Amino acid sequence: MERKLTCIICPLGCDLTVKLENNTVLEVSGFTCPRGKAYAETECTNPLRTVTSTVRCSDGSLVSVKTDKPIPKEKMAQCMARINQAVATLPIAIGDVILEDVFGSRIVATQNNTGNA
Amino acid sequence: MRDLVIIGGGPAGMSAAIAAYESGIRDILILERDAQLGGILQQCIHNGFGLHNFGEELTGPEYAWKYEKQVRQLGIERKLNTMVLDLTEDKVITATNSEEGIFQIQAKAVILAMGCRERSKGALNIAGSRPAGIFSAGTAQKFINMKGYLPGKNVVILGSGDIGLIMARRMTLEGAKVHAVCELMPYSGGLARNIAQCLDDFGIELKLSHTVVEIHGKDRVEGVTIAKVDENRKPIAATREYIPCDTLLLSVGLIPENELSKAANVNLCRTTNGAVVDQDRQTSVPGIFACGNVLHVHDLVDFVSQEAEIAGKAAAEYVNQVQEASANIPLTTDGKIRYTVPQVITKKKDVTVYFRVGDIYKNVKINVFDGEKLVLSRKRPKVAPGEMESITIKAEQLEAATQLHFALEVM
Repeated sequence: MERKLTCIICPLGCDLTVKLENNTVLEVSGFTCPRGKAYAETECTNPLRTVTSTVRCSDGSLVSVKTDKPIPKEKMAQCMARINQAVATLPIAIGDVILEDVFGSRIVATQNNTGNA
Repeated sequence: MRDLVIIGGGPAGMSAAIAAYESGIRDILILERDAQLGGILQQCIHNGFGLHNFGEELTGPEYAWKYEKQVRQLGIERKLNTMVLDLTEDKVITATNSEEGIFQIQAKAVILAMGCRERSKGALNIAGSRPAGIFSAGTAQKFINMKGYLPGKNVVILGSGDIGLIMARRMTLEGAKVHAVCELMPYSGGLARNIAQCLDDFGIELKLSHTVVEIHGKDRVEGVTIAKVDENRKPIAATREYIPCDTLLLSVGLIPENELSKAANVNLCRTTNGAVVDQDRQTSVPGIFACGNVLHVHDLVDFVSQEAEIAGKAAAEYVNQVQEASANIPLTTDGKIRYTVPQVITKKKDVTVYFRVGDIYKNVKINVFDGEKLVLSRKRPKVAPGEMESITIKAEQLEAATQLHFALEVM
């Protein structure tokens, strides 16, 4: 079987072709860097995505967050549900962990929020 | 009298300030109208920034923080919540904030880093009344990511620029249903990776060569009529299709914000809607520089930062009155290449010229001519309007040049 993919690792967006047999990757072509090849391999076996969103803070304001590692693609909706239930305690510095163990990743702040804004 | 005033504290303004500081000047002031530095990056909470400059995938706020931290560490002065009202050719800035009222600053050099704004519905000539529920994609982004309001539940997006694609994913993740993304052109203006990860991942249909021809609803949007367009981009009546929705997002282009540039009599380029600049990003007014999206709309912030470094360094040299032999080599294009930045080369040193093409082409050569003479030629497997290209011209290639013409040749 052959699968056509667009690489999402960088803005180049290379057109990748993956040759597969029984969910095993036999050959990848079209990539321009090793990260593209690795992307094609995981995308065909265990697709992963970084999720970015916002978490409500204790004063009602928002702080932007991300999964610090990509999570399984099919868990994105459940990950969002966890994020939407969370409340972050101020002050928050960039990199602070908001939630532990969300599908193997942590939810970390990507913004500072001193609570004074 | 100030050495350097930078108008705008987004990625361009911050990067320019740091570069100017590193080039030896200290009397630098950033004027920012928002309550924080970072500009539009603060609402771009998705990842994908910084791969070129930092080798990692950052979110917008994280990318902004890398620069803000440096601005703070260097002690570069900034005034927030400060709106610049006027700029003159003599570099007198009139600004206002709630603490100082209206005040004026005389600067030796000015860097324009005001960014761009979104094209609005008024520019589109869509029939219908004016119900609530029509937003530019960036406005919806601000509502969701900074204010915590979801502006609608059933959404149609017009325009497939990157912001529109990003918002399709963002609204879907927040529980809205995005029914379609319509694109007037036969290709998307956004990055291929964003079509894959923002639309395909969520089964959102990208309707190429489609536009919104009518908006329905009086108080609130109730639906839109879309239609396929022919090769002249005229809607085909037989293809009209009604989609019920409560929200229409517009992602139909960005316009550099050049009101201040105009006030200062800076010459503008009709293609980029930004200033005409030389390799140092100096405008037609000596001592006024421009960089970032106010100069031309970029697709990657990494390139904004790089461009701003050039402007910051050059502004510092201008303040320090560094003299260099000057030239006057205008750059022209063949139309397939829509524009170049810079538009003129005034110093014979290595110059990286950025440009955009007007259509999608495969297997092309970018040829640079001086009259009949081919100065250099570079191959590209694929070029697209959504992706900025660049070519570096060496100082020795400029030695005999009087003008340079950029032409695209399909092989």
